[in-house]
Amino acid sequence: MRLHIKNGRLVDPATGKEGSGDLFISDGKISEPFSKPEKTIDAKGLVVSPGFIDLSARLREPGYEYKATLESEMDAAVAGGVTSLACPPDTDPPLDEPGLVDMLRRRALSLERARVYPVGALTMKLQGRALTEMAELAEAGCVAFSHANVPLADTQVLWRALQYAATFGFAVWLRAEDAWLAKGGVAHDGEVATRLGLPGIPGFAETIALSTILELARATGARVHVCRLSTSGAVELMRRAKAERLPVSCDVGIHHVHLCDMDLGYFDANCRLEPPLRSQRDRDALSRALADGTIDCLCSDHTPVDEDGKHLPFAEAEPGATGLELLLPLALKWGRARELSLAATLERITCAPARVLGVAAGSLAPGAPADLALFDPAAALRVTPEALKSQGKNTPFAGYELQGRVRTTIVGGNVVYEG
Amino acid sequence: MQRNPQLNAKGELQHLLSIEGLPREVLVQILDTAESFAGVTEREVKKVPILRGKSVFNLFFEPSTRTRTTFEIAAKRLSADVINLNIAVSSQSKGESLLDTVANLSAMQADIFVVRHGSSGAPYLIARHVKPHEHVVNAGDGRHAHPTQGLLDLFTIRHYKQDFTRLTVAVVGDVLHSRVARSLIHGLTTLGAPEVRVIGPQTLLPSGVESLGVRVFHDMRAGLKDCDVVVMLRLQSERMGGALLPSAQEYFKNYGLTAEKLRLARPDAIVMHPGPMNRGVEIDSTVADGPHSVILPQVTFGIAVRMAVMSIVAGN
Repeated sequence: MRLHIKNGRLVDPATGKEGSGDLFISDGKISEPFSKPEKTIDAKGLVVSPGFIDLSARLREPGYEYKATLESEMDAAVAGGVTSLACPPDTDPPLDEPGLVDMLRRRALSLERARVYPVGALTMKLQGRALTEMAELAEAGCVAFSHANVPLADTQVLWRALQYAATFGFAVWLRAEDAWLAKGGVAHDGEVATRLGLPGIPGFAETIALSTILELARATGARVHVCRLSTSGAVELMRRAKAERLPVSCDVGIHHVHLCDMDLGYFDANCRLEPPLRSQRDRDALSRALADGTIDCLCSDHTPVDEDGKHLPFAEAEPGATGLELLLPLALKWGRARELSLAATLERITCAPARVLGVAAGSLAPGAPADLALFDPAAALRVTPEALKSQGKNTPFAGYELQGRVRTTIVGGNVVYEG
Repeated sequence: MQRNPQLNAKGELQHLLSIEGLPREVLVQILDTAESFAGVTEREVKKVPILRGKSVFNLFFEPSTRTRTTFEIAAKRLSADVINLNIAVSSQSKGESLLDTVANLSAMQADIFVVRHGSSGAPYLIARHVKPHEHVVNAGDGRHAHPTQGLLDLFTIRHYKQDFTRLTVAVVGDVLHSRVARSLIHGLTTLGAPEVRVIGPQTLLPSGVESLGVRVFHDMRAGLKDCDVVVMLRLQSERMGGALLPSAQEYFKNYGLTAEKLRLARPDAIVMHPGPMNRGVEIDSTVADGPHSVILPQVTFGIAVRMAVMSIVAGN
């Protein structure tokens, strides 16, 4: 399909360029201008941006189809303008075996929506004991290896896993949380948890684990991406590690730059998240660090949970929230609060995560894959759970008045969503 | 911030879920109403018809003897029908969810649910899902709140000390796991007690406990000095011999209340305990049974306080 997108406001985060103009697409790629397109899209009043890239979206397959299906979550992805996503390995069974990864990729491909990049399990069954066949898994399509939110308490295993991954140049994505210090905790260890009588996870559970991870990255030379920072202390550690030019990157979830433990209110189970929502001070530090580049990417940490999983007392409720369809409006909200340009805002959900994934997306340059999101940045969006495409309706942002609606999503030159 | 879920649109008590966030007037109303019921419990015919024809469901997801019994007595003295459900051994073990259990009981025409649950916030979840004419009274949720215990503690203190605004109150022991301590502290700060102290080792105090408006003492002798009220908390045996505390003996030595330590408090100090007591662990028998102890009157007052709470929520 030879496509012409006219009258749009082109925003290319890769170059920082913004301006009205036309975009041409042929053979699934962005191309030089041509005449006689097969189809023309009028993008008047819309921003034309590279499609969004989400470093953490749980699709719940295989194993948790009652929470969500590949179909429902891929619909949610493209409705949110997300054209590429990485899915963590904490499925049932976990993504620890090439056959599973292959099946997941084929299923995702057959749906012809967003591109799916599976993240393989770092250890067999995510039990933290035996390494997975990383090379085989990489061949099957895994872009990195991680332990998702499952604690990996044994630092000997972590060390060996990083050594092994470094041998082949594989990236390892890790959440920083000390398994012992976090044991039994469900909320940030602070005034709110004290008041509500909820077992706490101290901030130093993250900084201690991150110090360990960074020290092991230094020792092994492994490429490490740290997932879902939640504390100001972790931000400082990342700042220093980057100043030292360690090959590390990191991300933060949409909830943690906007919310804090005060939002738990009267035990709102939608705020039961991993990592927990922390103090206002932490939230502000995360928001600033995402702006100054210490934190590379913003991700949705999309985790659909069924209603039964949330209709429980706070501590018993299943952690996680739906997010794919909120990534753009929450990124815009953050960018406005930090007074960033649209290009700078979108960089965190386009070319920055593309760099972490190691894919050539996130740009409007000729030759780049024609993965695009056309959106109205000023259109009002009231977050209505029932209106979400995702099977997960649980979000602490329910009822929020946000801005930014995706109108058209294009993947590989094909229109996959029109809203 | 959401509206306080225990108050109705008029600011009246719809449910009793926590003392935190309740206006001073509501607390005083409950204490005054309890005062009026204290007479009833001493009469020969110990009944008033306030809740006649109403059903009170005691929903205990955690074992309890004292609290459940006093709620039952209180409801019966208000002429309500009382149904006791010990859910720890019934539907929950069959896999029925908390909200399903409540929905089923609601279909049996309940008016008041008295709920105890091991998980902090469970009564809030129930209160969000009951019908508008139904009321939830929290009888203890996790580490969060035990508002009727807090109220009966306040009632006891008011009974013996009258005025809250000159009192120094010490709460001693396992504040970390204590819903009783949290409720009492909120009540005392709301009613204007100028100094509330918590005394215990760091392992038994929640982080940022000062934010509740208390002064922290690790040295019990310093903390007891010139106190008007000493509230001892129960220390559960499973906290012993782990990472929180080395032994009962060492705990008693440092934080157990003895006659000798009590002498540091004011001569007319009262000693309270929410029960059940561990004699020789947090409190010495000579103190528990001594002249300063008001531990048994607390139990008696608990009935009047629970009558007051149920009659007030049912009337709103």
